[in-house]
Amino acid sequence: MEFERPLFELEDKLDQLKRMDVAVNPEIAAEVEDLEQQLEQLRKETYEQIGPWERVQISRHPERPKTQDYVATLFTDVVELHGDRLFGDDEAILAALATMLGRRVVVLGHRKGKTTKENVARNFGSPHPEGYRKAMRAMRLAERFGLPVVAFLDTAGAYPGIEAEQRGQAWAIAESLSLLADLPVPVVVVGIGEGGSGGALAIGFGDRLIMLENAYYSVISPEMCAMILHKEASRAAEAAGCLRLTAADLIDFGIADEIVGEPLEGAHVDPEPVIAAVGERIRAALDALGEVDPQTLTQKRYERLRAIGVFEEGAG
Amino acid sequence: MSITDWFRAREDKRYTPVNGAGPKADVPEGVWTTCDSCKRIIYEGELAASMRVCPYCGHHFPVPAHERIAQLVDEGSLEEFGAGITSSDPLEFVAAKSYVQSVSSAKEKSGLEEAVVTGRATIGGHPVIVAVMDFSFVGASMGSAVGEKITRAFEIAVSERRGIVFAIASGGARMQEGMLSLMQMAKTAAAAKRYRAEGLPYIAVLTNPTTGGVTASFATLADIIFAEPGALVGFAGPRLVEQATRQKLPKDFQSAEFLLDHGLVDDVVARGGLRERVSLVLDYLMRPGGAA
Ligand SMILES: [Zn+2]
Repeated sequence: MEFERPLFELEDKLDQLKRMDVAVNPEIAAEVEDLEQQLEQLRKETYEQIGPWERVQISRHPERPKTQDYVATLFTDVVELHGDRLFGDDEAILAALATMLGRRVVVLGHRKGKTTKENVARNFGSPHPEGYRKAMRAMRLAERFGLPVVAFLDTAGAYPGIEAEQRGQAWAIAESLSLLADLPVPVVVVGIGEGGSGGALAIGFGDRLIMLENAYYSVISPEMCAMILHKEASRAAEAAGCLRLTAADLIDFGIADEIVGEPLEGAHVDPEPVIAAVGERIRAALDALGEVDPQTLTQKRYERLRAIGVFEEGAG
Repeated sequence: MSITDWFRAREDKRYTPVNGAGPKADVPEGVWTTCDSCKRIIYEGELAASMRVCPYCGHHFPVPAHERIAQLVDEGSLEEFGAGITSSDPLEFVAAKSYVQSVSSAKEKSGLEEAVVTGRATIGGHPVIVAVMDFSFVGASMGSAVGEKITRAFEIAVSERRGIVFAIASGGARMQEGMLSLMQMAKTAAAAKRYRAEGLPYIAVLTNPTTGGVTASFATLADIIFAEPGALVGFAGPRLVEQATRQKLPKDFQSAEFLLDHGLVDDVVARGGLRERVSLVLDYLMRPGGAA
């Protein structure tokens, strides 16, 4: 990632130095030691000063654990459901029946790929309307059979394409929001990477919102925000700060409930403990929500949404 | 009554347009507007009298919120609520222009406190809640205040058993309130869902332009969706679609007529016939006196 470049350059230098023969150049030993100290200092500084824009970059890291990694690790007996029964199957959205330690659930998630080939097939995790309509089909199954829903968010946004518009992208997202709003089963949402606007929100709210430390959730991408504000996407770092899109910001606004920590450099350097911790938090949330009767559950979900917003109210 | 008075009264009756022209706006004499579509020059007074539809080509101009309400509801029936709700600046959003500045200049320009006006009214005698969005106010974007007013509109309609008629325009979720704006999509959709369970009708009129988070939430959750001729309606704006796909956009992409062709709206209704059409739908979907 861009902000790590000085660090990687220094690591490179050190590597080269270490490969040199100490017997021929005895002064190298001291130099290596010096560089190692510098590197340690720089590593500390780089990750200590990590800001919103750096987190956005981490959230987009190609090797960051994806929806399919969480599903493969945390769930068993996965039965994937394909298609919206109207138009086609959108691989940018995963819908499945799955089991988590004996608990049967419906899993939803945006699905990015790890290779170019996968990403092309999955449209880089940006769904078309049929993706949301598949998700809705799975939600209705969850309702009919009393299965909780676990949703993983990781999309730059719903796809802004010609066909997506022709098939009613906005209509599909709106209906998905409508369905989720009073789905009478527990809904646990985990922000694992990118939370891009309406395309994330369509499967992105419920009774609990768990955010990874470097996941973001935003009304607009920092790049597009920068384009609107300054007519240049290159000022995205600044825009990322303005938008208050980090996990910690979401806690402040009463939108997210908890944060799962990541290694200093991001979840991709050591995914297993992160995935395990997410699993632990999902289990805890499902345990707590499983106790609540459906009517109370949907009433509380409404009150939770109802309370979000900051405005002034004078006489009038 | 003198003969001339009698004639005048008759003339007035004869020339009253079938659909009602709405009240005359206070426009200073001698103001002229160029039509965006046919480029002809129109006298402001004429434009106001024609419900801001170009008399030459039928182009639909934007309508200020209160003028729109006058066009839509039974005369004098509006009782506004939530008029004191206005935006604050929860993110302390400062960029090229601060959010506080944008809002205060919008207030000055539009004479409104927010991008939406909400109230109780009757249409064709049916008790309804109306909400009218005004694009001149920060692009009629939805932040916390707009989300709250729309949510209350649904809630009041439930408790008073009223129909809902919204005239919508919007650039989408209001960027300057970040995630609080995005969550208004879920909040208004949830309120619309509760309303939907009540057996009361929700009619949405989509006007130019309606895009982004408003299209993707309460706007398209209506029972009946009408769009004004030529209105641009979609999720992603056309420029973004062009950039993302690097394709030439189809003719009339995202226009009301395009939506009609693709099965996304019930009909395209010209402004002159809107009140009558809305009233007729309410006749079908509401029992007399509002009891359901
Ligand atoms: Zn014209």
